[in-house]
Amino acid sequence: MMKIKKNIAVSESGFVFDAGTGETYSLNPVGVEIVKLMNEGKNQEEISNYFLSNYEVSQGIFESAYFDFVSILNQYNLIER
Amino acid sequence: MEKKFFERPIINKINAGIPDKFGMGNQLNPISTIDGVAVKDLIAEHGSPVFVLSEKTIQDIYQDAYQAFSTRYPKVQFAWSYKTNYIDAVCRTFHKLGSWAEVVSGFEYQKALENGVPGNQIIFNGPDKNEADLRLAIENASLIHIDHFDELYLIIRLADETNKRPKVAIRVNMDNGIYPQWDRFGFNYENGDAWNALNRIMLSKKLDLVGLHTHIGTYILAPFGYGNAAKVLADLAIGLDRKYNHKIKYIDMGGGFASKNTLKGAYLPGSDTCPSFDEYAEAITNALINSSIDPENMPVLFLETGRALIDDAGSLLGSVIGNKRLKDGRRATILDIGVNMLFTSFWYEHIVVPAQATSKYTEDTTLYGPLCMNIDVIRDAIQFPSMKIGDQVVVKRVGAYNMTQWMQFITYRPKVVLIDRKGKVHTIRNRENIDSIRSLEVVPDYLK
Repeated sequence: MMKIKKNIAVSESGFVFDAGTGETYSLNPVGVEIVKLMNEGKNQEEISNYFLSNYEVSQGIFESAYFDFVSILNQYNLIER
Repeated sequence: MEKKFFERPIINKINAGIPDKFGMGNQLNPISTIDGVAVKDLIAEHGSPVFVLSEKTIQDIYQDAYQAFSTRYPKVQFAWSYKTNYIDAVCRTFHKLGSWAEVVSGFEYQKALENGVPGNQIIFNGPDKNEADLRLAIENASLIHIDHFDELYLIIRLADETNKRPKVAIRVNMDNGIYPQWDRFGFNYENGDAWNALNRIMLSKKLDLVGLHTHIGTYILAPFGYGNAAKVLADLAIGLDRKYNHKIKYIDMGGGFASKNTLKGAYLPGSDTCPSFDEYAEAITNALINSSIDPENMPVLFLETGRALIDDAGSLLGSVIGNKRLKDGRRATILDIGVNMLFTSFWYEHIVVPAQATSKYTEDTTLYGPLCMNIDVIRDAIQFPSMKIGDQVVVKRVGAYNMTQWMQFITYRPKVVLIDRKGKVHTIRNRENIDSIRSLEVVPDYLK
């Protein structure tokens, strides 16, 4: 289960502030929802089910988008290890 | 409950730099139609990728250019630069508008003849004219622009052998104040070669010296360079009149006008920085009209502009093959458009836009072509929305040089279509296939 680091603030509008580095980021609305679900402690399967039932998307497309997104969060060092 | 529209999740780092006072936005406005024809229909009918040319744009731009010069100078003649785009339908579109032909090889010369251009309306430029080419050009009374002394002596010999007076001009290069100064074509003005060539032509009495020609470079952003070059040609014309009482019939200022594409490394887009036809026309015609050439005998002004006339009329439509992440997290989108067909991507930051509505959220993206070659990059860095496999894109302003400099490499060269003024789509060059390539190959018997 992945979570966003504790010292990272995420606003409802998708503005992200990393207090550790001072870097700022912007998320699109789907990105905001995924980060919110991650912070609620949902695992990948739960997040995937949420999107499949609420969004017009197939499992394959969601998974490739999800893993791509997580790889970028990792790249920016925003995920707790 | 209706399900919500899904777009790929995106996170972008915010880079707080010095604000750009020009405030260029990242918003990409999709292009879904060309001259009223839907991009998706063009791709469905003609395949992907496909080059699309607009007759309307060709005509509109030609009229703009012609008007800029003809309202400032009494005698103007355009000659279509074949090397810029020598697909027959394109050449014929320009010829219908009144353009003569400007060719630089025997192959292009043949094409111009077969496109119905009378021999005496073909300008034969360039360093590569062999004896057979020159004999044909002399026979047809074409305007031969001499590039070097060996060619000059060959033409003098052919004049003897054919008993004809070849119609010739010399190409002149000079310091006209721009950098780089082209000196590989024609005769130099400052070192006296241009006058040497003119003297030899006049003293031989075997050639009909009809014009003077220059072509100062390519993608020239400084109209004053043309003004300076026109002054030099006017000076030579006046000198010929004084010395030999010989009046030349035309001054050919060549081409090289910039199109509105943006060069790599340019700070501002080409659409903001490229001079208009009016600016080029003002510089050239002022220099000629203000010179001491006898006003009763003003030479015809020839223009061979290619790029600026055809670039905007061409678009390249293609599709997304796939997406991936690069080592540093940057998105890479792979298109079916490669450098094999978009040669100009080596020097332009081409405008690439989606052909359908996309997310307003963009990411720093590299656009790659389909070739298994590292150099196959269409755009190094572009703010681009997330695209799915099969999504379509439009590359703007590709009408110049791509359909002549393209390479048959790894895959086939695509189809080219022309949309006429009525919105009807015509195939003007078919996509290559295995037979078009293999028809030129020969397998030796021992390998069969």
